[in-house]
Amino acid sequence: MNLKMETTSYGGAIREAFSYLLINYPEVFVIGQGLWSPWYVGNSMTDLDKEFGIERIIDTPVAESACTGAAVGAALAGMKPIMVHPRMDFMLYAMDAIVNQAAKWSSMMGGQANAGVTIRAIINRGGEQGAQHSQALHAWFAHIPGLRVVMPYSVSDARDLLIASVLSGDPVIYIDDRWLYANEEELEPISELDLKTQGPKIIKSGGDLTLVSAGYSTHLALEASKILSAQGIEAEVIDMRVLSPISPKTIIESVTKTGRLVAVDGGWSPAGFAGEIIATVTESISPKLLKSSPRRVTLPFAPAPSSPALEKIYYPTPEDVVKVSLATFSD
Amino acid sequence: MKMGTELSDRYSKSVDLDQEILITTGSQEFLIEQLKLMIRIRLTEKIIADMRQTSEIGGPVHLSAGQEAIAVGISQFLRKSDRIFSGHRSHAHILATGSDPYRLFAEVLGRSTGLTKGMGGSMHLWDGHNGFFGAVPIVAGTVPLAVGAALALKLQKKGDIAVVYFGDGAVEEGVVHESLNLARQLKVPILFVCENNQFSSHMHISQRQPTNSVARFSIANEIPTEIVDGNNILNVASAANKLINLARNTSMPGFIEAITYRHYGHVDWRKDTDVGINRSPEDLIFWKKRDPIVRLETSLIKQGFVTNKDLEDFQNKINFEIKSAWNRATKDPTPVLKSLFEFVYKK
Repeated sequence: MNLKMETTSYGGAIREAFSYLLINYPEVFVIGQGLWSPWYVGNSMTDLDKEFGIERIIDTPVAESACTGAAVGAALAGMKPIMVHPRMDFMLYAMDAIVNQAAKWSSMMGGQANAGVTIRAIINRGGEQGAQHSQALHAWFAHIPGLRVVMPYSVSDARDLLIASVLSGDPVIYIDDRWLYANEEELEPISELDLKTQGPKIIKSGGDLTLVSAGYSTHLALEASKILSAQGIEAEVIDMRVLSPISPKTIIESVTKTGRLVAVDGGWSPAGFAGEIIATVTESISPKLLKSSPRRVTLPFAPAPSSPALEKIYYPTPEDVVKVSLATFSD
Repeated sequence: MKMGTELSDRYSKSVDLDQEILITTGSQEFLIEQLKLMIRIRLTEKIIADMRQTSEIGGPVHLSAGQEAIAVGISQFLRKSDRIFSGHRSHAHILATGSDPYRLFAEVLGRSTGLTKGMGGSMHLWDGHNGFFGAVPIVAGTVPLAVGAALALKLQKKGDIAVVYFGDGAVEEGVVHESLNLARQLKVPILFVCENNQFSSHMHISQRQPTNSVARFSIANEIPTEIVDGNNILNVASAANKLINLARNTSMPGFIEAITYRHYGHVDWRKDTDVGINRSPEDLIFWKKRDPIVRLETSLIKQGFVTNKDLEDFQNKINFEIKSAWNRATKDPTPVLKSLFEFVYKK
């Protein structure tokens, strides 16, 4: 007899997380633009409004700032809201609510109140959409104490880390990338995770080189590791999962073993997340353990282009990661 | 009205700022309690101003002396399960909900017994047990938060409402307009209270807006609106009663524009009669005649409900209590050093 397990897509896994939260937690509601539209957020929220009602799945006026502030205020008043920004670029209107209010509320109020709001920010790039429909700004949020920043790569993390974010009681920036939505996995049943204990995970073991990445960049790192493996180089791939607060132990141990580090990041280099990984590791281990200078693969330092010719050279590929990885062997 | 000279008063022209406060027999006892609360707030802030001047308080304080009738007039209709938000000038708002002046003193002194455990100071206040859900100083920052709290209260279906206090400067922030539209569109139970004291920091409203009244924004969003003399506690109470009932019973948001004037300058103890326009020493003297406490006292005396001796007794008794509270707070401990990290994330 042939037993064929059913697989779930990344987008479908996010929808399962919403469904689980809405069924089990009456204080959960979802607010954001496009939630009553079938095409705003891919297959990740299909028909939630029909299943759970438009009182709990709230499509909104074009007002990112007030809506995000409202989600923060609803959290203060005892709810577990999920604020959805179908494109992270438009969320920049909401920076006061996120950075000044949600992130700092607990500290400012002496821990007597917490803004337990989850802000889902979708990276939605490519397709000739250009500079304002493309950005991956996770590094900005990882800079702010009080926020937790989550960036799932695996299908199971897309589901389970969304649930963990909403149940954490802290303000969480949960960032998913539409380039991952078609990925498929066989999923275990849902178990509620404590976000505080979640951190970087080794998703492929290797002794020659450490690749660190998050979200879609982990896809690039994994693909690169396969090419490297064919050339006899075994890379250890570490998926960050939670960018802030950062728990660097797994990365430090890996680089201590391999002596080589390449950080792969979908943001820009200056003051960015790849640089943060490299700094965190190099401050923590003896320089003698490093067999080469750490390196990073990031976006070119230019806004995203819309011309297909330029777009083709803009986004890093597994081959780019391979090239930089090989360079660590020629120092 | 004596406001900006070349300003249109299209929205506020019907408001008489010099009407006598007429007290009906039977309501005097309650009004005397309201008067005592206003005096308590005034004297609390007097100590804060004095202690800021002598640097016993180190951080900035934004004082609301002259504006007390607004928070006191509104708070009588609120319950502990309502959710109240405010901005940088919030001492009167939190004290009017029943907060203890001793804990406010401890907070402005940075002591661990303060309202926010010494982590907030004057500009970041919280007293959830009295329904005060937070005041922070980013101008208009709490306006959308209050809309969200109102949405939560609507979903929780207990008839509670949200209240948010802000100034005439805040309506120049874009998020206020998004919030008014959102509140009306989602139909959530909230009372927006704009204290129009005519100044944003050093700038008079005539330097910032084309009319002297901010109610045009709520009217444009089809939100029931009342423009009142904010220094007449009965006018404030009557508008608050009407709009709060509407919000509780029908979830309809409401908007009060309360016209008022602050006795101190923007920040700290100074009077700021040397900055901006229309804030000359003469203007301050003129507006002090409209002091909400003096006006209520004058009416109570005139109508024979209290004597000058009674008023003196109230003043002395409250002054003694407040001074004892200050002295007690000055002896309290500062936060332990690990508090720096203790509250960053939820325990």
